[in-house]
Amino acid sequence: MGFENLLLGFEVAITPANIAIAAVGILLGTIIGVLPGLGGANGVAILLPITFTMPPTSAIILLTCIYWGALFGGAITSVLFNIPGEPWSVATTFDGYPMAKEGQSGQALTAAFTSSFIGALFSIVLITFFAPLLAEVALRFGPPEFFAIQLLTFASFVGLGGGNPLKSFATILIGFILSTVGLDIVTGQLRLTFGFTDLMKGFDFIVAVIGLFGIGEILLSVEEGLRFQGARPKMNLRVVLDTWKVLPKYIRTFVRGSVIGFWMGFKPGGATPASFMSYAFAKRFSKHPERFGKGELEGIVAPETAAHAAGVAAILPMITLGIPGSPTAAVMLGGLIIWGLQPGPMLFVDNPEFVWGLIASMYTGNVIGVAMVLAFVPFFAAILRIPFAILAPLIIVVCAIGSYAVHNSMIDIWYMLIFGIVGYVFKKLDYPLAPLVLALVLGDMAESALRQSLIMSQGSLMIFFTRPIAGAITVLALLLFVAPMIQASLRALRAAHARLPAATHD
Amino acid sequence: MRAADLVTAALLILLGGVVIYDALRLGIGWGAAGPMSGFFPFWLAALLVATAALIFLQAYLGRTAASFVERKRFVPVLKVLLPLAGFVALTDPPGPWNGLGLYVAGGLYLGFYMRWVGGHGWRSIVPIALAVPVLMFIVFETWFLVPMPKGPVEGWLGY
Repeated sequence: MGFENLLLGFEVAITPANIAIAAVGILLGTIIGVLPGLGGANGVAILLPITFTMPPTSAIILLTCIYWGALFGGAITSVLFNIPGEPWSVATTFDGYPMAKEGQSGQALTAAFTSSFIGALFSIVLITFFAPLLAEVALRFGPPEFFAIQLLTFASFVGLGGGNPLKSFATILIGFILSTVGLDIVTGQLRLTFGFTDLMKGFDFIVAVIGLFGIGEILLSVEEGLRFQGARPKMNLRVVLDTWKVLPKYIRTFVRGSVIGFWMGFKPGGATPASFMSYAFAKRFSKHPERFGKGELEGIVAPETAAHAAGVAAILPMITLGIPGSPTAAVMLGGLIIWGLQPGPMLFVDNPEFVWGLIASMYTGNVIGVAMVLAFVPFFAAILRIPFAILAPLIIVVCAIGSYAVHNSMIDIWYMLIFGIVGYVFKKLDYPLAPLVLALVLGDMAESALRQSLIMSQGSLMIFFTRPIAGAITVLALLLFVAPMIQASLRALRAAHARLPAATHD
Repeated sequence: MRAADLVTAALLILLGGVVIYDALRLGIGWGAAGPMSGFFPFWLAALLVATAALIFLQAYLGRTAASFVERKRFVPVLKVLLPLAGFVALTDPPGPWNGLGLYVAGGLYLGFYMRWVGGHGWRSIVPIALAVPVLMFIVFETWFLVPMPKGPVEGWLGY
């Protein structure tokens, strides 16, 4: 059954037009991944407006290919410049940059791209089989189940995201609050506008993504005194083939990385921990753990496989449940809504050609991607040799264009500026930004699921516990959520206790 | 760092307070169509106030010597931020004035930044500051048909 659908998908994905779109997407995505301040999420956000007039399938192929390209691009800057473009590329720098300094950048990059490809492929195969099953289960979900899943999504940010759980929770709440600004479609009342007409339209998450991730990231990188002084890529066919001969040795690392990546990846915020976890496991099981961090090929294979497997797995909950697993997936989900599609399990019933075209394009996109990045690494690396004084304003102008194009509204460029400053401050203070964006995207859906559930139960919150599926998910979410919150609060109180006697000495 | 943490937490408490104020106006109880408009925002804001209060407490009791940002490192941040604000203001000035449009403002901004921060010579600034907006105009206005805000210059050229 799944196989026929996949063939149908390939018929959609392997048209000349869609292959060309995939190639353009990979090209743009890799450039975006290489440039500072432009990552997967805001790259997709900036280019979202140009897809408004495209057919949905071509549009999603463009956006997903930008995403794959950005994932590949992150590896280039990590290896050659020691600058992780995305948090999940951090582990790649540990061994990638030392290798590049020793003149083995070609081997390092080949290993990185190949691992990315294999990790991605693993997740795509799993998505091909699991997505229809998950969608079938999800078809039986009602509003309480969907609200419970949203709870679980955000609870896992608090519980698994690392960092300060209180701050994670605060950003989630801010995101939801921002999503309520403007017209309440149920009652027709204006919320939180305080008489300003500009606020009636509310805050668009695309603008938030561009500001928080794009502008905020640029401010942060100039503060850190970003200097692009990197190794030159030494790539040729010989190096690629020689590296490929060595790679089968690391089959265990590939499998371990893929499994970790997929498992962590379909939960929100999973790509970064997955890459670190995979790196740590590879080091522990290695016969030469002392070589890690000094330029060990396996130290590139492990995090890259996991990060890409996780990046792809983030698409799974987006297409089956309508809940994105990463900020980039969240932007794509916003795209789906704009193109007139209803994200969630009904996609498999109503728009099979869209879903299967998307899944098939994940295969083609990654094949095209790995070939393109291997062939054009020197070109992509050359982009970073453009002086920063040209690059920075250029990126900012592109961000402004992207923000304006969402609604053709000037106020959005001002919002971009404000979100940029907020993003800079939040990042410095360890407030995570991804949950804020996800909450802003999902806010309307979460609120309507909550409202419908409460109407079903005539106001009783018990509905989230008494229905079996919703109940199990809610309990799991609460556990994930409450444990770290209590821990953090206790720690704060204990610190208070310890401080009191100390304070008398001052 | 601690001062910035305290100020941010305090601002979040204030934000929560503002939201609660508006939610109470909208009604936080049960209305004709189920939960009223203020219901969801009210509980979000109530939780935000509580969470931000805990963050405030945490920051107040924490002892970090590190400052939020060193003065020397903040200069380049301002050098990006101020021209950026200028660029946005040129594109869309607050008040009754008309802006220059995104392309012209973008070109001026690019040129200004190259001169001020990069110290580039005029020979490289002028062609780049002219070529980039023209290129973007071609890409966005003609290829992708995404109209950008335009000012008097585009008007003279007939757009």
